[in-house]
Amino acid sequence: MIGNIIRKEFKELFVISTLIPIVVIAIVYGSVGNMIGNIGETMKEKPVIGIVDMDNGNFSDIAMSVLTERAELIYDGSDTEDGLEEVRKGNGVGLLVIPEDFSQNVYANNPGEIEIYWIMRGAGILDSISSGVGEGLVQAVNQEISKTLIQQDISSDPTLVLNPTIRSDTTFFKGKEIEGLSPSQVSNMLSSQSIVIPIVVMMLIIMAGSSVISSMGLEKENKTLETLLTLPVRRSHIVIGKMVGSALVGMIMAAIYMIGFSRYMSSFQSSDINLANFGLALSMQDYLLIGVSLFIALLAGLSLCIVLGTFAKNYRSAQALIFPITALALISVFITMFKDFDTIPAVLQVLVFAIPFSHPMMAMRALMLDNYSLVIGGIAYTAVFMVVMVWIAVRIFNSDRLLTGSVRRKIGLGRLALGFRRS
Amino acid sequence: MKAVEVRGLVKDYGNFRAINGISFEVNEGEIFGLIGPNGAGKTTALRTIATLLQITSGSIAVFGYELPKEAAEARKIISYLPEEAGAYKNLTGMEYLNFIAKFFGEGEKFQDIVQRGLEISNLGERINDKVDTYSKGMTRRLLVGRALMVNPRLAILDEPTSGLDVVNAQEVRRIINSAVEAGVAVLLSSHNMLEVELLCHRIALINDGKIIASGTAEELKMEYDAGNIEEAFVKAIK
Repeated sequence: MIGNIIRKEFKELFVISTLIPIVVIAIVYGSVGNMIGNIGETMKEKPVIGIVDMDNGNFSDIAMSVLTERAELIYDGSDTEDGLEEVRKGNGVGLLVIPEDFSQNVYANNPGEIEIYWIMRGAGILDSISSGVGEGLVQAVNQEISKTLIQQDISSDPTLVLNPTIRSDTTFFKGKEIEGLSPSQVSNMLSSQSIVIPIVVMMLIIMAGSSVISSMGLEKENKTLETLLTLPVRRSHIVIGKMVGSALVGMIMAAIYMIGFSRYMSSFQSSDINLANFGLALSMQDYLLIGVSLFIALLAGLSLCIVLGTFAKNYRSAQALIFPITALALISVFITMFKDFDTIPAVLQVLVFAIPFSHPMMAMRALMLDNYSLVIGGIAYTAVFMVVMVWIAVRIFNSDRLLTGSVRRKIGLGRLALGFRRS
Repeated sequence: MKAVEVRGLVKDYGNFRAINGISFEVNEGEIFGLIGPNGAGKTTALRTIATLLQITSGSIAVFGYELPKEAAEARKIISYLPEEAGAYKNLTGMEYLNFIAKFFGEGEKFQDIVQRGLEISNLGERINDKVDTYSKGMTRRLLVGRALMVNPRLAILDEPTSGLDVVNAQEVRRIINSAVEAGVAVLLSSHNMLEVELLCHRIALINDGKIIASGTAEELKMEYDAGNIEEAFVKAIK
């Protein structure tokens, strides 16, 4: 008896329409994972660095032996500019410069300074792994010199023995020279400033999208759709009305969510960082662009939801249709969190660019780095995406599909355009 | 001017032909009934005339407006009541009438429409309750009120008394008759042939997407030598 009920439930729930989105999303996630790469492998790889040893003393020799063993040297010379050029060309993480008085300072019970010029390519979490490994090299140099100081009884100053070297970081990132910060510090700083927007976008899209898809499902389930479609109102107004109404509901729900979330996030953010000191501040114009990007992306997402919503037969099937939207939003959040747009493979760049929700997620970081073309291009693309989706939705509202689940016949583009104008 | 002129209407759903070349006319101030069994094509015909479905071939004109070309104009004078229509459950009956009335008028005209809706639906104090709390009869009365309050020139009513008890069904019939007295043309469908005989000025018998006979109830009974329309229909499809 129970087997009979299980079979019935399985047949009712395990249908092709609910299976396809999950399979597609699983394939997309798998592909994204493969393309982003393996964190473990990246950490095992020797970092590519350049070294300029101006000291040639005992302690710089120790440093050199550690670096030679643990890193792949792309430059070993005496000119900082040449070294930086070689590191850039060789896709290296940075250039370590050991100044003339390095060993002398250590012998004089003063920490020896190592100047590090980092070449940072992206601000995502995964982008900073290789420079993190590079920072580990400096730590290894520090330990090896400590060991020598103890073994040879060179110093009795515990502070020096524990930290015989100090770092002087300079990070080159997207044409900016950021003095006093390492790539991981820059990455953390940018992430803490720009993580809120992706979460806001994701919550807005999921909540407003859920509202609009459910609204379509409810119209069918409550048998109100036919009445709505015979009222003297343009189909395009029905589509836009549903989008804006849902956007308002989504914004209220997301705002409530964000009140709690912002309190949570504020516990991770340090208050003493002034982005303007590093040339990373946003102007009013930048904030305006972020706002426009966010608004257009929300409308684009909702227009996609309206099209999906036309496939909803009732409230229950509408809930299943929200899944692809959630998955797309999550893909955007994860990719933009882990990698910069510039550092992901071309295929992923196309995917990220194609998902309209990605653009406001990337906008803040891009504007901090003066990448206006990405933001403005994204706004233009998202606007076009929205218009196309609204056009498709209006076409569906004008066809039999909404009521019967089928389209009368294939219609030429000319007739489609004519129909849109009439609507 | 004819309220509705249907000529050689064909409607296909993929390979299935739901309506196969029907033609009929509805006059102003007339109740015209399409009757037939389930699946005969009644609802498809009404939905097509109500501008909800595309036409495969043939033509439809509503008070001279050709469909689908002039659907937007036609929608201003049509009111359609689907068979299993519902109302928005989170709105009160009053809010629902207000919502619909706003599409048809502003200011005084809007107030008049709503007032008419209140009178037709006759729900008393319950009009301020959420639709979710209404019985089927109350919801149907609200929807009939909604359909007729806007003073349509053509009311398309699909099974207007379907699922209602005798008292509510009679009340809905009374409302329809009142609307017709006020000049509204009514096109309705029903599989309740005795009700149609009582209500309609003219009737078309529809089966398998084709009109097999049409005329007044008396004409049809005489043509098929039948005691009532039900008997005439059975003889007509043999």
